[in-house]
Amino acid sequence: MSSDAASGDRSGGDGDGEWVPAGDGKFGRYGGQYVPEALMPAIEELTDAYERYVLNNEDGFVDEFRRRIRDFGGRPTPLQRADRLSERYDTEVYLKREDLLHGGAHKLNNALGQVLLATYMGKERIIAETGAGQHGTATAMAAAHLDMPCEVYMGERDINRQRPNVFRMKINGSAVTPVTTGRGTLKEAISETMRDWATNVEDTHYVIGSVVGPHPFPKMVRDFQALISEEAREQVVDRTGGLPDSVVACAGGGSNTMGSFHHFVDDESVELLAVEAGGSSLAVDETEGVAPNSASLSTGTEGVLHGARTKLLQDGDGQIVESHSVSSGLDYAGVGPELAHLVDEDRVTPVNVDDDAAIEGFHRLSQEEGIIPALETAHAFGYLHEHHDELGDVTVINVSGRGDKDLDTAIEETAKRDVSNAPDMSMFNGGLR
Amino acid sequence: MSDAGGSDPLAAAFADGPAFVPYLAVGDPDYESSLAYVEALAEGGADVIELGLPFSEPIAEGPTIQNAVVRALEAGMTPTRFFEFVADLDVDVPLVCMTYYNLIYQFGSEQGPRPFVERAASVGISGFVVPDLPAEEAGALREACDEFGLDLVSIVAPTTGEDRLEKLVAVSSGYIYVQARLGVTGASSSVSDRTTESLARLEGVDLPKAVGFGISSGEQAATVVEAGADGVIVGSALVDIVAEGHESNEPTEATADRLESKARELKEGALEGYGRRTPTPEGTSD
Ligand SMILES: Cc1ncc(COP(=O)(O)O)c(C=O)c1O
Repeated sequence: MSSDAASGDRSGGDGDGEWVPAGDGKFGRYGGQYVPEALMPAIEELTDAYERYVLNNEDGFVDEFRRRIRDFGGRPTPLQRADRLSERYDTEVYLKREDLLHGGAHKLNNALGQVLLATYMGKERIIAETGAGQHGTATAMAAAHLDMPCEVYMGERDINRQRPNVFRMKINGSAVTPVTTGRGTLKEAISETMRDWATNVEDTHYVIGSVVGPHPFPKMVRDFQALISEEAREQVVDRTGGLPDSVVACAGGGSNTMGSFHHFVDDESVELLAVEAGGSSLAVDETEGVAPNSASLSTGTEGVLHGARTKLLQDGDGQIVESHSVSSGLDYAGVGPELAHLVDEDRVTPVNVDDDAAIEGFHRLSQEEGIIPALETAHAFGYLHEHHDELGDVTVINVSGRGDKDLDTAIEETAKRDVSNAPDMSMFNGGLR
Repeated sequence: MSDAGGSDPLAAAFADGPAFVPYLAVGDPDYESSLAYVEALAEGGADVIELGLPFSEPIAEGPTIQNAVVRALEAGMTPTRFFEFVADLDVDVPLVCMTYYNLIYQFGSEQGPRPFVERAASVGISGFVVPDLPAEEAGALREACDEFGLDLVSIVAPTTGEDRLEKLVAVSSGYIYVQARLGVTGASSSVSDRTTESLARLEGVDLPKAVGFGISSGEQAATVVEAGADGVIVGSALVDIVAEGHESNEPTEATADRLESKARELKEGALEGYGRRTPTPEGTSD
């Protein structure tokens, strides 16, 4: 939410407040609208709706959104001091508990916002892509909550590694359509959802799952997710009497990241760290067209993918390479254009940790704080472990989601490695089921 | 905008009668066969050929062309190979490169579309179709096209309204690609009413209008031309023939023959539709 709109002291845009424009969707050299002409009218319509409802609270949209994200979603989420980690690292570690949001991840902030917006726009059908299944789940819940039919595209490989979320989406009444092209992960799911949108654009809204895609998506998704830092900033000042020294969030497409950073961007003393998936290695295999990581901010180059100019994992010709991460939600070759810009401006520091460190982070948070994190989130804790002495006296870490969806994968991946802090894995007999 | 019928090879291709504009993904299923297939289309009566340079994320493409793109990439097609291919081609019709913006943007040592366009011009490409580049983002490519004398063909969708049409026409030259229906590329059996609507909306635009998306038979080509199209674009129906040939291990010449006869059917259909038009006052269509 723009803080102007969110302050909510006027409605309908007919008051004396200043009208907030949607802008042109460029973040420095990044962003834009690289989509087929067939989608442009829908994107213009969406930009107009974003400007009126989201930025200027027309018809009380923002008020309804805030009411629903509180009553249905459970906001505000707590900011919790992590006692054991604070002691272990000799740093005040605060956890922003987005895992406690309904659905178990930050994804609902955006999904509920967009599905609600679709009802204001008179759309009749919702489509979404999903990687980890968290965005698909959040969208399926929001669609059920607001009585909209919903279809979710999910890569076949992700369907296999995130089964509980597939069941959750179906139980909420959504259709889940497997995508079999490419490696069957998030990139292919986005492409396929864009194809559906190009076909059914007149009555369908595409609820994109991160701060990626053509304008106005990166800005709009960031505005919905900015509730995280709006609350966290107030909470941390309340608790510690000042700003934190650093804010840490994992980054796939970058929605929990931008959500956690947004209200701190102007606080120059606060270091903002985006933790990407280092996978198994940072190198790119050009002949195979594979990057065994998803570190587009750290290692990517500028290009155009899925509607935006941003930093990408690509080969020298501009073919997009297949990314990799142990966590489906970070497994993407692109990243939000605003993050790419903030990295170029030296405002956000891109860092990464590999699969091994993420798995250790997963076990550490589970054992020491009683919070089983999503494997995406676990990357932030892998980073905390390796670099705690660089994070200052007070750090806020976004717990973007809980790990229930990942238990199978976590057990399997732990069994494959020599993880120093893992529990005795023999009890699982190789798997959960 | 170009002056129709002038030195512009694309405009010239539409100058006498309806144009048949086939598409194939270059390098599908391999370099040599692909050369033979494109040449077969020329033999079969193509007036312009759209050569698809495969991109890993073809978001405007349906399953038929997606699969072709995968086959071509697996067989080693790259932008550099693509330009060699165009240079190797022995055909006498104007060629249009159809690809996604990232490949155009990344080519060469400097970022931006200029090196790609320069190279394309040097191997004899006449223009571009870029499905993920709406008028809003087309400025840099348009500029490079002007510098090297190439055309930028814009796609007009069924959803394109009056206001957008103006923006679009302002950056277009060569011809207008009229998207016959919503959705992604792919052969289908009926021609949508929306084609007729789109053609009506474009009546005042001084560029040839070629209709594509879903045309797969001579009869459909006839219907579209009868409805006022200056040309028909056919992709998936031809790519299907390549795919069948590949899957059944058919000899390259046999597949090429089938492509050539399909091309004839489509070209004849277009001519047939032209003949069926109710006579209009002189000069309405060309
Ligand atoms: C728990 C969790 N965290 C993070 C992400 C990564 O997405 P983003 O970078 O948009 O926050 C996901 C994506 O599925 C997720 O489920």
